Amino acid sequence: MRPVYMISGGITKFAKAHPDKDFRFMVKEAYDYTLRDVPRFSKDMIDGAVGSYFSDHFTRQLKAASMAQDYLGLCPKPSKRIEGGGATGGLCFQSAWEAVASGRMNSCVAFGFETMSRVNTWKGNEFIALASDTNFDFPVGGFYSGYYAMMVQRHMHEFGTTVEQMAMVSVKNHINALYNPYSQKAKRLTIKQVRESPMVATPLTMEDICTMSDGAAVCLLASEEVAAKACERPVKIIGVGSGSDAMRMADRPHGKVILLPHEQESDYAHLKYPGVHSFRGGRMAAKLAYQMAGIHNPMEELSFVELHDAYTSSEIQTYEDLGLCKYGEGGRFVERGTPFMPGIDYGMSLPKQERLPVNPSGGLLACGHPVGATGLMQAVFAFWQLQGTMSKHLGNPTLQLKNPRRGLIHSHAGTGTYITVSILEAI
Amino acid sequence: MGEKGTIVYGVDPLIVHDHYEIDYRHSYAEDSPFFVGLSKGKLLGSRCTGCRYTYATPRSHCMECGAPTAWHEVPLSGRIHTFTICHYGGEAFLKETPFTLILVEFEGADTLFLSRLKGVKSEAVRIGMPVRACFSKTPAFKVTDVWFEPADRE
Repeated sequence: MRPVYMISGGITKFAKAHPDKDFRFMVKEAYDYTLRDVPRFSKDMIDGAVGSYFSDHFTRQLKAASMAQDYLGLCPKPSKRIEGGGATGGLCFQSAWEAVASGRMNSCVAFGFETMSRVNTWKGNEFIALASDTNFDFPVGGFYSGYYAMMVQRHMHEFGTTVEQMAMVSVKNHINALYNPYSQKAKRLTIKQVRESPMVATPLTMEDICTMSDGAAVCLLASEEVAAKACERPVKIIGVGSGSDAMRMADRPHGKVILLPHEQESDYAHLKYPGVHSFRGGRMAAKLAYQMAGIHNPMEELSFVELHDAYTSSEIQTYEDLGLCKYGEGGRFVERGTPFMPGIDYGMSLPKQERLPVNPSGGLLACGHPVGATGLMQAVFAFWQLQGTMSKHLGNPTLQLKNPRRGLIHSHAGTGTYITVSILEAI
Repeated sequence: MGEKGTIVYGVDPLIVHDHYEIDYRHSYAEDSPFFVGLSKGKLLGSRCTGCRYTYATPRSHCMECGAPTAWHEVPLSGRIHTFTICHYGGEAFLKETPFTLILVEFEGADTLFLSRLKGVKSEAVRIGMPVRACFSKTPAFKVTDVWFEPADRE
């Protein structure tokens, strides 16, 4: 496999609704931004594209990626659509990586979008719940927030995770987003406000859960030769991994933990895994990505993480899957302040603030979650972060970390049915 | 078509009402005995004929070893493995809120079963609580023909 670089990216403002722009126009906006940021790169250097959007129900247009392809003027170049639930964007990113790594293309555009505003929020929830088994799970009360609530109830039972620890994730991500003009829902919150917002599915409140959004994102991936020619500060993709799990949560095993290099079997002598408290697919994705990237201890070797925080609870669960802490320690990981940004006042005391910032951008909780764009949005923020260009793109320097070396992006579908982890490195 | 006119929500941009509905001819295929079983007051799971892994849900082939499974009767009582009380839901279920979702664990089964819990105040729901299966007297041949109630209730 050849080395692959990300050489540019762009996103639209994520919003509750963009009725003035259809999905083609939104993709075009992100695409034009992407090309403008690499003036030495021209459209004729693009070998093909991969499009991602999650739901034919939201779009009510099959083959919508073909319409974005023609709108961008990329016909007759190779193109396809990737769909994998919430991980659609992450899978799209990795599909573009594969096109370049294999030598099939020297440069590949990954574009993603979602237009979720076309139905009301509860119809939207119903559409999303169709990504659970429609014979056995959906009819019982198909509702993803309910599924995640059951998972975190078990996490709390197994490990003593608290609702206040979950609320801290919400406070962190919403405050980070105050400095990200692309975000949909930036605000200063307190733990108390998170807990007092309307209960959705016990113990998850409105502020524990991401919103639906309209938006698009684009990543431009290239071979070493093209990257050297076209981009002043390319970022290398040093590891990709993905994993999966059974569609029905009920069917998941209660067996042994998949260990990362820095863990031992004795760490988890009494833990039945993954059950419904952990994401086996996320652990597998991380293991494979770390293997390819040569990472032995993620906590020491990563500078930041952009992960799929559709729920505050799933951010905590994901710290553990990624091996940032041991299984069961996710709640204390956030309580100590480890995943908070340096130099931002969160209105609470955090002994280990800035050790490993997680979701500097504000994540899904605050940026919004236009599904097909989300995983690519994470890549764009990670790219700007590693390039050191956050200030240029966001209009303020607050979220720019000092000399970040490596960033991890994590995209997650269903109740953990597809999960991707990709690792990017500054060069 | 068109008799009622088009509902216009806005003119700049032009936003109109668009309706979509469809009926399916849906086969439960190899899982059919499970749904028929519910109408007879039985909860049918699958046991692997090779490795004996036991599922509390229908699955014709084993996820662990790939061998065919055989039907087996899951006990009609179990314990709550985890739960949530949903105060919102997908549009189809909004009118039923608040409702309680549970995953049930059974003696002798390696996996769980997703269902609703009824007949109990939400404050009283606990992990580990004994529950028993209840079946609809007028089956709709849906998974909701079964639900659970606290085991100590008659």
